[in-house]
Amino acid sequence: MTTTIQEVSQKDFSNYGLTAEKLTYMLRKMVLLRKFEEKIEELFLVKGALIGPSHLYLGQEAIAVGAMTALDPNDLTVTTYRGHGHALAKDVPPNLCMAELFGKSTGNCKGLGGSMHVAIYPKTGSLYATAIVGSGIPIAAGVGFGLKHKKSQNIVATFFGDGAVNTGAFHEGMNLIALWKLPVLLYCENNQYAMSTPVSKAVSSRSIAERARAYNMETVVVNGNDVLSVYVATKDAAKRARTSSQPTFFECITYKMKGHGVYDKGEYRPREEVEKWLAKDPIKTFEKRLIDEKVLTENTIQEIKQSVQKEIEDAVKFATEGTALPFDEILNYVYAGDD
Amino acid sequence: MQETIKLRELSYADALREALREEMLRDPNVILLGEEIGVFNGVYKATRGLLDEFGPERVKDTPISEIVIAGAAVGMALVGLKPVAEIMYMDFLPICMDQLCTQAAKMRFMSGGQLKVPMVLRTQYSLGRQHGSQHSQFTPAWFMQVPGLKVVTAATPYDAKGLLKTAIRDNNPVLFLECGLLYRTKGPVPEEEYTIPFGKAEIKRKGEDVTIVGISRVVGEAITAATKLEEKGISAEVIDVRTLQPLDIETIIESVKRTSRLIIACDDIRTGGVGAEISATVQESAFGYLDAPIQRVACALTPIPFSPPLEHLYMPNADRIIETATNMIGK
Repeated sequence: MTTTIQEVSQKDFSNYGLTAEKLTYMLRKMVLLRKFEEKIEELFLVKGALIGPSHLYLGQEAIAVGAMTALDPNDLTVTTYRGHGHALAKDVPPNLCMAELFGKSTGNCKGLGGSMHVAIYPKTGSLYATAIVGSGIPIAAGVGFGLKHKKSQNIVATFFGDGAVNTGAFHEGMNLIALWKLPVLLYCENNQYAMSTPVSKAVSSRSIAERARAYNMETVVVNGNDVLSVYVATKDAAKRARTSSQPTFFECITYKMKGHGVYDKGEYRPREEVEKWLAKDPIKTFEKRLIDEKVLTENTIQEIKQSVQKEIEDAVKFATEGTALPFDEILNYVYAGDD
Repeated sequence: MQETIKLRELSYADALREALREEMLRDPNVILLGEEIGVFNGVYKATRGLLDEFGPERVKDTPISEIVIAGAAVGMALVGLKPVAEIMYMDFLPICMDQLCTQAAKMRFMSGGQLKVPMVLRTQYSLGRQHGSQHSQFTPAWFMQVPGLKVVTAATPYDAKGLLKTAIRDNNPVLFLECGLLYRTKGPVPEEEYTIPFGKAEIKRKGEDVTIVGISRVVGEAITAATKLEEKGISAEVIDVRTLQPLDIETIIESVKRTSRLIIACDDIRTGGVGAEISATVQESAFGYLDAPIQRVACALTPIPFSPPLEHLYMPNADRIIETATNMIGK
């Protein structure tokens, strides 16, 4: 069946281990994702320091942070070219991410991956990031199979946009994940547009969740702008995946605050629609909730923001100080050597 | 010692099967997946009996879903398994081209060396088996342009076994190209353990007047041609490249420096094919040694005709190699 996560109550806080410390951690992560992207935007558009495609995660912070915080640190992720947020939420150090975006050898992928593959950092379980829409889902199936086969307690979470659900890779992957009962959590981040194409002009079914249900997969519709909803839904699904190898599909309803990539102003979107969604800013709403619930004060939130800002500035400094890999060395990365 | 090696006659399919079985026994991380490989024993029986022996967790029958066969293999490899995926016909590779070429092959590089993708993708081409345009084509050159991928062809049962074992032990994605017409051919295969290294061509026959480089099935045609050319007083050297990526161009160049003539014979389409690449590379460093333009024996730029007599004319064979060599030498 398809379930919809309702508002997470304060009672859930204790049931789901949402201590003040954890809630503060989540807010700090969300702020980190936001400020990182705002800095990237500035480096591209104002300073001209970065070039190439860069797909910002602005407005979707609640999904990566809610999911990653609920997952075990050793769980794995397979994500996409809109992956700065996934990387940071999965503990890829911001300075490595920044250096990767600058194309420096000090980046996590030595500057050979770039923005679209910055979420590749297996040390923290940030296993894979692909720039081909939909292609991560079959790979997540294989990762899930591998974990199950090795009787690991860990699971894999894969993230993709609404555009992915119309690819063949999505359907082949969904079918196999459900058929083989693989421990995979699938997060469709429905941010309403695939580039400029709205979901209504691209998806024939009444909803994306309905499409997932057709694969006989546990399906949950989540408010993707509410970090606690994503967290709670993930906790429940991760338990099912770990104990009975049940996959779960999440349709996370959200909105990209800016356009497809850093250069896209998103002018094809109705102004009222944009304003409606900006009012649901996942960070502002979470801050308000934490103040209302007396978890944090305005002052502590300001302190968090300042400390994050410093981390970002340090990351930019680290990135600019690095150098690109010598060209002769790139050959060393094409093939893996023998054991 | 040569004398102590016990040889048996094995079919190409059984040699492949032995390689899979031995590697599965050797390494519990080796997993097979593909269409009809388990209960049906594989369309060409290269996986016969392996489901019974190793069980359904290591021999995975899949739906007809080439994208997820290749993609799942990538994922399995990322977490330490050694998947050997089977794609039933080479014509189906374009369906999973993204997973093979854009995911598996590039990820070592794009991750800055953080990831490795040790997977084998086995497939075969069925030219000469009246399978029509969509179940016959041999397109190895497409994959020679993919950095990060290794591309292997096997011309004999001996090579099929030794190269497949090497492929499974490799830490990179390997495209292992078999030939439908060869599955039932037999040849000597040692009982003892052996592997064949990648990037080492084999000189199948020594000769002085012309070098014939063969790929896969056409190696046999080249040997037949060389035998007949001998009767005409032409001494042909035959080389099986064995692996196209890495390609042992040195062995070919050394041979050309001795024979001064080169023919590349392959079941692929001539335009932009394997022969074009080898030819271009050889002339870059051995132009001065050549007594005649390099020649290619390959297929016309048309889809493969179904009609048996037309398909027969379409295919490279010993007669075409002989004719080409004779014209080059002027005898």
